[in-house]
Amino acid sequence: MKLIFEKSVPGRSCSLLPPCDVEPVGLPEELTRSAAPSLPEMSETDISRHYTELCQNVHGVNCGFYPLGSCTMKYNPRIDEEMASLPGFANVHPLAPAHAVTGCREVLDTARKYLCEVTGMADVTFQPAAGAHGEFTGVMLIKQYHDSRGDKKRTKIIVPDSAHGTNPATAAMCGFEVINISSAPDGCVDLEALKAALGDDTAGLMLTNPNTVGIFDENILEITRLVHEAGGLCYYDGANLNAVMGVVRPGDMGFDCIHMNLHKTFATPHGGGGPGAGAVGCKEFLREFLPKSALMDGGDHIQVRGFAGNFLVVVRALTYIMTLGREGIPEAAQNAVLNANYLMRKIQGTFEPAFDRICMHEFVLDLSEFKKETGVSALDVAKSLIDYGMHPPTMYFPLIVHEALMLEPTETESRETLDWAAEVYRKLYALAHEDPEFMHNAPHSAQIGRPDEVRAARNPILRWQAV
Amino acid sequence: MGSYVPSTQAERQEMLEAIGLKDYRDLYRDVPQSMLLDRPLDVPSGMSELEVSRAVSAMAAKNHVFSTVLRGAGSYDHYIPSIVKYIPAKEEFLTAYTPYQAEMSQGVLQSIFEYQTMICELTGMDVSNASVYDGATAAAEAAAMCRDRKRRVTLVSAAAHPDAIRVMHTYCYGTGDELRVVPMKDGKTDLSALKEMLTPDVASFYVQQPNFFGQLEDAEALGQAVHEAGAMYVMGCNPIALAIMKTPRDCGADVAVGEGQPLGLPMGFGGPYLGYMATTTKHMRKLPGRIVGETVDSKGDRAYVLSLQAREQHIRREKASSNICSNEALCALTASVYMAAMGPRGMAEAARQCMAKAHYLAKGLCEIPGVTLRYTGAYFHEFVTELPRTEEVLQALEEADILGGLPVDGGVLWCATEKASKEALDQTIAIVKEVLGK
Repeated sequence: MKLIFEKSVPGRSCSLLPPCDVEPVGLPEELTRSAAPSLPEMSETDISRHYTELCQNVHGVNCGFYPLGSCTMKYNPRIDEEMASLPGFANVHPLAPAHAVTGCREVLDTARKYLCEVTGMADVTFQPAAGAHGEFTGVMLIKQYHDSRGDKKRTKIIVPDSAHGTNPATAAMCGFEVINISSAPDGCVDLEALKAALGDDTAGLMLTNPNTVGIFDENILEITRLVHEAGGLCYYDGANLNAVMGVVRPGDMGFDCIHMNLHKTFATPHGGGGPGAGAVGCKEFLREFLPKSALMDGGDHIQVRGFAGNFLVVVRALTYIMTLGREGIPEAAQNAVLNANYLMRKIQGTFEPAFDRICMHEFVLDLSEFKKETGVSALDVAKSLIDYGMHPPTMYFPLIVHEALMLEPTETESRETLDWAAEVYRKLYALAHEDPEFMHNAPHSAQIGRPDEVRAARNPILRWQAV
Repeated sequence: MGSYVPSTQAERQEMLEAIGLKDYRDLYRDVPQSMLLDRPLDVPSGMSELEVSRAVSAMAAKNHVFSTVLRGAGSYDHYIPSIVKYIPAKEEFLTAYTPYQAEMSQGVLQSIFEYQTMICELTGMDVSNASVYDGATAAAEAAAMCRDRKRRVTLVSAAAHPDAIRVMHTYCYGTGDELRVVPMKDGKTDLSALKEMLTPDVASFYVQQPNFFGQLEDAEALGQAVHEAGAMYVMGCNPIALAIMKTPRDCGADVAVGEGQPLGLPMGFGGPYLGYMATTTKHMRKLPGRIVGETVDSKGDRAYVLSLQAREQHIRREKASSNICSNEALCALTASVYMAAMGPRGMAEAARQCMAKAHYLAKGLCEIPGVTLRYTGAYFHEFVTELPRTEEVLQALEEADILGGLPVDGGVLWCATEKASKEALDQTIAIVKEVLGK
């Protein structure tokens, strides 16, 4: 595909603005740009066709199965888009007077109320713009709590080795030392390792439950009790909330604060990598530490983003929550779990699950034995799936399972899709035994062959330049 | 109730049985039973699409959309070309995720590569990332990327956006580092105060151009002082102004960041927006966030991939340059389409019109007795006036469907964009005159 710059023709443009109807004013010369930026010069037809060509080389949830583990790639309802684009939301200035924005406040207040109920928390902020940003905000609540009590010795955050990389990265951004604890063989928290790590220097624990291998940690009450007993707080990474919403609440598991990924659990689109929204909830005693905007709210609080966060994402999530309601929220969770278990059992017998037990909304396949037998890696299987128009699962995560493939089908997939996916996996299992070479070279019918990532890193070309 | 679960009750039962279970409760048997929610959620019953559309539209209808917006302060009412709304709404762009699988995501990867190039063109820098959350977080991330073992202190101009200062402060509090605010003089950063504050422990200085009060900073002189002290220079620039204004690169910036909202994103009560972030080749491996690079595929053809991932949290965990993963990709795509639709001449025209209209408004307002410009320096599309009876004036403007300037320390901060017609500006001036003449 040609780059947009390669399609640019000098002199071409769209007619967008009327001539200026007031007297022109020039910038002082010392502040004036020496040459115009080389932006594309295109007609509207050129632009429309360029981006249509690009989007034909993108696999979205609308194109087909997208079981990317830990990312909750569920269907994104279009009514949510329509609501977010209403001029009454889209064209509202964040600093308009309070009486002109009562509808926006109603959106935030209503969404806050429902999310508090779903999570068992007392309050929610919508300022964080993504999941990792929510983690940062949540751990900053923990930091402020200890600081406000003058408890300066609490310098450590405990993170299981099965955790997503954002957890330790977040703890470091909040100035904590990261204590990695090993997981039990089933991926759950090793209680003895936890006890050994806990002390009067423990600021808190970051945990996701169900955990990153898709198993609900049945010791959760004991885990949160132990952390509290040591004087630490418990942070719930809401990455996997889709498995349990409306069924069991993080607040009831003993967690003190939580982030939710509105772009996963509450169906707002992922947009090719954002915008998301990482709403953060907390128990009553942490409320005073929630972020506020210097300009919108005044006062002396932490702040993690300008204004009130990704408001239009919250509009989408609220529309989704109101659509599902009290019946639909647990129904979504139950079917996410059902679909995952159904697919896992359908694949089992070829590729084997890392843990042979009931999973939550996702499961991990362990391909290490399979690789020994065939020489075909998890990567090869993932790339082979592309030839079937199916998005590969998350690869090589969590780190505690070797040759891991993590599948999260979500509740919005039909039985036919799951049956078909299982059939493809079974076919690939057979193919690996017959023609491993073919799989090493997959994909065969994709937009591109396997890219040379080493070359990209060694010789970085990070922008287009005119020849 | 509404539902997006496709399977029928009968299918669900068959699926349960196929895996040897009787009902849904069996799926949750690992959950301590005492913890299961034993009551329905206290959330209203679900709704059909028509009902939910009515209910949410009713909330939108409670907001007031002003026909003229003369308020900026970090969120700007620019004209958004129609094509800019349609392209990011294409379902593939909308519903895909981060392009982890390059073989299925060339379209997204190429769009990010094009965005990175446009940001480099606009700022004069060498390398851009795929975006961060907004202008304020971009400033905070830039401060973090400039710190090293010896130099830990961050300086920020008091004339930067208050939200940006607060976010920078929060990020510094996180890592236990200090943020010091450089005072302003006559609405601009006080250069002599900056020079005194540039101690050997200072890692970077952040200035906003034009600043929060609309004033154009003497950016080159500031940069020179920063570099003489061995610190790094971070500029936060309005991207529309950059179409005509000296680039941060030419002003000596090591890192250029900014709020990308003016590039085709609606005000949306504050978000989603995007933070752009670019630097020089020298510092590219410290840049946080996703970066797309060009390479070749197994057939030798040009291809794009997520690159330089050794900086990121999924590889480096607690040693990563930031925890960011999801950014604002769809907003970056929107900004790219905006820049392509406007082109270099359209962007410059929008910038010139913003500036002309702001000056026309300022001139008209300042002819009214009691209204004067608070600061005397050159400005782009925002300016502060002293304004007697501010509340009364803003109220009168509101009645004419005009959102007037924002009350700030020292007066009212006004903004005019290319969207404000001469007629609306004349009407504004007349209303202010009438109220103050009473």
